Amino acid sequence: MRKRNIAIVVLMVVVALVGAGCGGGDDVGGEDFKVAIVAPSASNDLAFTQSMVEAVNRLKDDGVVGEVAVTDNTFVVEDAAVAIREYATDGYDLVIAHGSQYGGSLQEIAPDFPETAFAWGTAADTFGLDNVYAYEAASEQGGEVMGMMAAALSSAGNVGIVGPIEVGDAKLYVDGFKAGVLKQNPSATVNVNYIDSFSDVALASEAAQSLIGNGADVMSGTAQMVVGAVGVAKEKGVLWFGTQANQTSLAPDIVVASQVYHWEHILRDMIGKIGDGSLGGETYKITFANDGLVIEYNDGFDLPDDVKQIGEDAIKAFKDAG
Amino acid sequence: MSEVLTTAFLVGVVASAIRLAVPLLLASLGETFGQRSGVLNLGVDGIMLLGAFTSYYTVLKTGNVWLGLLAGAVVGFVLGIASAVIAVTLKAEQGISGIGIYLFGLGMSDLLFQKLVGTPIPIDTFPIVHIPLLADIPYIGEMFFQHSLAIYLAFASIPVATFVINRTTFGMNIRAVGEHPEAADTLGVSVAGVRYATQMIGGTLAGIAGGVLAITLGIFQQNLTNAAGFIAIALVYFGAWRPIGIMLGSLLFGFVNALVLELKTLEIIPRDLSNLASMAPAIITILALVFVARRFRAPSALTKPFTRGR
Repeated sequence: MRKRNIAIVVLMVVVALVGAGCGGGDDVGGEDFKVAIVAPSASNDLAFTQSMVEAVNRLKDDGVVGEVAVTDNTFVVEDAAVAIREYATDGYDLVIAHGSQYGGSLQEIAPDFPETAFAWGTAADTFGLDNVYAYEAASEQGGEVMGMMAAALSSAGNVGIVGPIEVGDAKLYVDGFKAGVLKQNPSATVNVNYIDSFSDVALASEAAQSLIGNGADVMSGTAQMVVGAVGVAKEKGVLWFGTQANQTSLAPDIVVASQVYHWEHILRDMIGKIGDGSLGGETYKITFANDGLVIEYNDGFDLPDDVKQIGEDAIKAFKDAG
Repeated sequence: MSEVLTTAFLVGVVASAIRLAVPLLLASLGETFGQRSGVLNLGVDGIMLLGAFTSYYTVLKTGNVWLGLLAGAVVGFVLGIASAVIAVTLKAEQGISGIGIYLFGLGMSDLLFQKLVGTPIPIDTFPIVHIPLLADIPYIGEMFFQHSLAIYLAFASIPVATFVINRTTFGMNIRAVGEHPEAADTLGVSVAGVRYATQMIGGTLAGIAGGVLAITLGIFQQNLTNAAGFIAIALVYFGAWRPIGIMLGSLLFGFVNALVLELKTLEIIPRDLSNLASMAPAIITILALVFVARRFRAPSALTKPFTRGR
């Protein structure tokens, strides 16, 4: 009888240990984990907001996230603040404030919800709050890689870039792209036109006209209004490099490649930490090294192998640098 | 600075100015009709957005840019009627009701785009029409005579509108209703009828303006107009409620925008002054408005609902 009782206890301990091993470890998030995104532009803008929405949906497909809620087109900060606060009130586990302009609001809201995790990007400041993560993209890396390829493809030695407002992620990308062009061809002409708007498609279109009129035969640009510039590039037969999302569908004949943001790599880590009780206080950056940045080539564009090799070598250099 | 003095620079700026001016010109021309009859419609931008989406979607599905433009015009016409019902029949406060129309257009165009299209898909654009002989004139040809038919028709509408407003009975009725609706009523002019008509014209032109914008760009996106409708309303004041005036105002606005863009491309405007430079079109418009306000006055009955017997 005593031996039988001992055996039962041992068996129960073994079962408990096995159960603990199965229940923790690699399991991140889950069906009950709710994520909300508040973003300034449309979920399908082929740019900034779409990159985050797609990343969270990939996590949902992987079972890391259960419920996903999106409030997009909230360029007005006050509207975004209302949405952020409401999601926190409704018990979402992670509220992503996907817009640099939301920082001030988040700094006020986050302390009111100490049990909710917030993520703010693109930014590198957590305000010293324990429940705010910050994230950004090393978009200058992809910019440099594609800038080098652009210079190699430009027969005129003239590259044009259309930008929104010279700030944040846009500035990083544009600066990186320009640096890449000049790295590959120091005598190249690189004209940058910041139109001072994230949403004026018509102005972006005319900026592209201006750049092409001044000799650009390869172009790039960033932010959601850039669809206007891509249209002009397509009309004029000028090659295009995209960023934030894959822009091949906009002009399959002239889009060479796009730098695509894969936020899910850092989000997965973030969600894991939230599960372990750490709700914030850390900053993240997606890079080539952590696979957060990926160059997606347009398979329909006949990119010369030597040009592609320039890009691949540059990516490898970034990965090796860490 | 030497790049500024080249003909290539000037050609680029003028051609760009014309393209930027056309949606503003059409929308403000439509609003001019309405305001001359005494009705203020702040919902122009909303009508433009719905016109833009409708045109875009029609071209996406049919591949026919002119059918698309017609669809945008029809939607604008319908919204013009709605605007008239609200402002003329229901006598709602015109400023507020106009904002309501704007918000409706902004939200509905985005909702329809999200549900029916999703991710932006490029469409066909207006073909460029080279006016025979004129298009071959060095520099001048590229500036003025190598645009789409829609742009030529937009500018052709200015003398037509001027003639209608100044030389036709209908135009006289519009002006009478906008200045002295009670007197016009006693003379047998249907004030409501005239205002309905001008709202329909205004809505149609706003819908066409949105359609021209979307088809010229070859894409649709949320808030595509970027508040161009409100600029168009300001241009009505700038142009002193006269078609030629609003055409000049639209061209000035487009020219300043195009000039700033070109100077930025050439890095003649330093990056740290870029934001200030981008404000130039708005600043110039405001200054011009101040000038106009001193010399011209708005129609006397603007924003005032009419009720017979009061």
